[in-house]
Amino acid sequence: MRATSLLPWIPLFPLAGFLVNGFFYLISHSKLGGKDAPKGPHGGGHGSDASGHGPAQGASAHAAHTAAQTGHGSGHGGPGGHGPIPFAALHSVVGTVSCGLSLLFALLAIGSWWGETHGHEGLVATLWTWVPMGSNPTWFGAKALSIDVAFRLDALSALMLFFVTFVGTLIHVYSVGYMGHDAGYGRYFSYLNLFMFAMLTLVLGANLPILFVGWEGVGLCSYLLIGYFWDKDFAADAGKKAFVVNRIGDLGFMLGIFGCAALFGTTDFGAMFDMASKNPAVYGAGGLMTAVAVALFVGACGKSAQIPLYVWLPDAMAGPTPVSALIHAATMVTAGVYMVARCNVFYRISHEWALKTLGEGATVWGLLTHDAAFVVAVVGCATAVVAATMGLAQTDIKKVLAYSTVSQLGYMFLGCGVLAFSGGMFHVFTHAWFKACLFLGSGSVIHALGGEQEMTKMGGLRKLIPHTFVTMFVATLAIAGVPGLAGFFSKDAILAETFAAGHPVLWFFAVLTAGMTAFYMFRLMRMTFWGTFRGTPEQLHHVHESPPSMTIPLWILAFGSLLVGWIGIPAFILGGENPFERFLEPAIPPLPPDWTPHPHHLSLGTEWGLMGASVAIAFLGIALAWRFFSGPYPFSVPERVATALPGLYRWVRDKYYVDEFYERVFVEGLGKRFGRFLWEVDARVVDGVGVNGTSWLTLQISRISSWFDLAFVDGAVNGIADTLQAGFRGYRRLHTGRTENYALTMAAGVFGAVCLWIILR
Amino acid sequence: MVPLTHYLALSLLLFILGVVGVLVRRNLLTVLMSIELMLNAANLNLIAFSRQLGDLGGQIFSVFIIAVAAGEAAIGLAILISLYRLKGSVNLDDAAEMKG
Repeated sequence: MRATSLLPWIPLFPLAGFLVNGFFYLISHSKLGGKDAPKGPHGGGHGSDASGHGPAQGASAHAAHTAAQTGHGSGHGGPGGHGPIPFAALHSVVGTVSCGLSLLFALLAIGSWWGETHGHEGLVATLWTWVPMGSNPTWFGAKALSIDVAFRLDALSALMLFFVTFVGTLIHVYSVGYMGHDAGYGRYFSYLNLFMFAMLTLVLGANLPILFVGWEGVGLCSYLLIGYFWDKDFAADAGKKAFVVNRIGDLGFMLGIFGCAALFGTTDFGAMFDMASKNPAVYGAGGLMTAVAVALFVGACGKSAQIPLYVWLPDAMAGPTPVSALIHAATMVTAGVYMVARCNVFYRISHEWALKTLGEGATVWGLLTHDAAFVVAVVGCATAVVAATMGLAQTDIKKVLAYSTVSQLGYMFLGCGVLAFSGGMFHVFTHAWFKACLFLGSGSVIHALGGEQEMTKMGGLRKLIPHTFVTMFVATLAIAGVPGLAGFFSKDAILAETFAAGHPVLWFFAVLTAGMTAFYMFRLMRMTFWGTFRGTPEQLHHVHESPPSMTIPLWILAFGSLLVGWIGIPAFILGGENPFERFLEPAIPPLPPDWTPHPHHLSLGTEWGLMGASVAIAFLGIALAWRFFSGPYPFSVPERVATALPGLYRWVRDKYYVDEFYERVFVEGLGKRFGRFLWEVDARVVDGVGVNGTSWLTLQISRISSWFDLAFVDGAVNGIADTLQAGFRGYRRLHTGRTENYALTMAAGVFGAVCLWIILR
Repeated sequence: MVPLTHYLALSLLLFILGVVGVLVRRNLLTVLMSIELMLNAANLNLIAFSRQLGDLGGQIFSVFIIAVAAGEAAIGLAILISLYRLKGSVNLDDAAEMKG
């Protein structure tokens, strides 16, 4: 079967799953009289909750615990006293199978695509024309623009397609266990399926507007799933925050799309990149390409949680943990990187134009204002460092992973920014495996502890939940950059490219981030799995390994974290080429060896040296964490640091007060003031001048009109009537109403007529 | 043979009686009877001329008039009954609705 005919089915399966799940959820929901609206944590009330959030997870996790989850969901009531979840088996089957079919069709499509083109070119399946605008090319001076609903399968989307469907299916299976006894089970699965549909539309979209449709779709699902436990204020607020912050980015993205449409007269990827790469000088001129590329990057900043729009992602942890793994770690948040990598030609042209314009004396400021790629690199690097430091002092297990995700996303953008797009995409790919594994592992830990998310209340779980421990440990080694595992290769590729691109400062901060990553991840592992248990005896008694529906996905992801790095083994180790880069070559053309701005080439010794440096700093971070977080709690070294530098410690722990700053300046200050200003405008201008003024004017006009009506129109009517009445008053008397009078008149008339006739004859 | 003038004189007399009856009487029944009188005066006139001129057309006309008079009497009496039901009297002074 041809790949193009398989493509449309891939997003359709989850869409069908969404419709079926949503339909049956609504049926059962209305029948039960609105029993969902989870009455708080279903019996997870004792999921002791020092951090002020997390009971939500406690809800599902604890319920799942009590009801010995098997996935068929024919549950007895959870502690909250809920009856069996209606259609639970159907929701599980429809949810996972629709996603699994997507995976199957994705693999089939990738297989046929490889067979047809050997990966050298993209295939486009055009379904129908969505916006047929521009039969007349001079329509309002705009260029002809026609937007198709079309899916594109090339190396880049094949990569994304594979891991999105694969990790997505695993997380659906995991969710069967994790969410098994939540009253909103059907709602959860319908949202998750809708997310898969939107994400696959995003990945497969053959032009920017279709990508944008998926982009907004995943944003919507992210909002719905962050606020999944919507009876909890923090979850509802986090959902709103994510939505609003993403809208800011989306404005930039839309400007970028408009810019592309104006520049190229098309938004189709193939056509745009073809035109741009053939005439880089034309399209780069005047900084137009830079403006478009920066606008697109603003959109990526929102979706992929980069400074200054990263604030929503840590809060997004209010959603169920599988959602954090799927949406807020593995797939959706990498959509920004995917989009930037997809538009790699733009950034390259912008970079070339900037270097040509600035000449030899290029300052940092000059680069920031001329070179979109440099902006991406700086923002990515800053995000990586800042988020990593924030992760150092978090005690909520999911928050650590959230800041780690922000930091790793920064890494990916750093890679894109130094024009190592395949390096960035490689990190997207490996990150999906180990971060999904880490999140699902943390979900398993939370599940085991009945909803506990505070690492200060964990400890010593190594022996109690061995599957979770081993899989998480593998993933931690991978993210920390231990040689041979997935994260090592992708991180090293980005570091080497950053150095090769001539940005030693960015390289230094990236290496620093790598060290911090290793440090906080091992801190997480030490606090969770080593030492002695610090929770309540009741919790200790409850601790249990998760059901197979949760551990099997963990194992698969752990194996992925162990192995997937090898597909991108650097050229200098084995010789030949980097297989991953070679695979992506059709979508991400590599820089030629004699590239004019500056050749990205490193000597063999430098490459080994850089790799040695990153390995050394990773092991340094691991060693420090191992040393600091040993012994009885509270750990002596961190405690000493915190007491020695209380201000610094609080500053880091409270995330540099960025949220408070945004709250004060943008929400309270600008936002509320602007709101008040708008209210004033509404009250005074709109209501005052507009509404009341119009009504006053209408009243005056109607007064004049009424006077005119009375004086002239009615006057004319009455005047005619009065005149006639007065004029003919005398004739009234003729009509006596007496028949004989009329008869007499008639007789007299006849008599007169006869007389007249006689006389005149 | 009775000369034509006699017939015409009688016809004139009857017609004047009818006209005066219509003009001066107040009872609708009497007025209707007076109208019949006038019609019969016209009949007499027609028949007299028919005989004088030897033309049967006049007599045919008078037969028509008798038929029309029968219809007129029927309608007139129906109006009279309706008027009585409405007003409780057949006095023409009571039926002065057309007074302007």
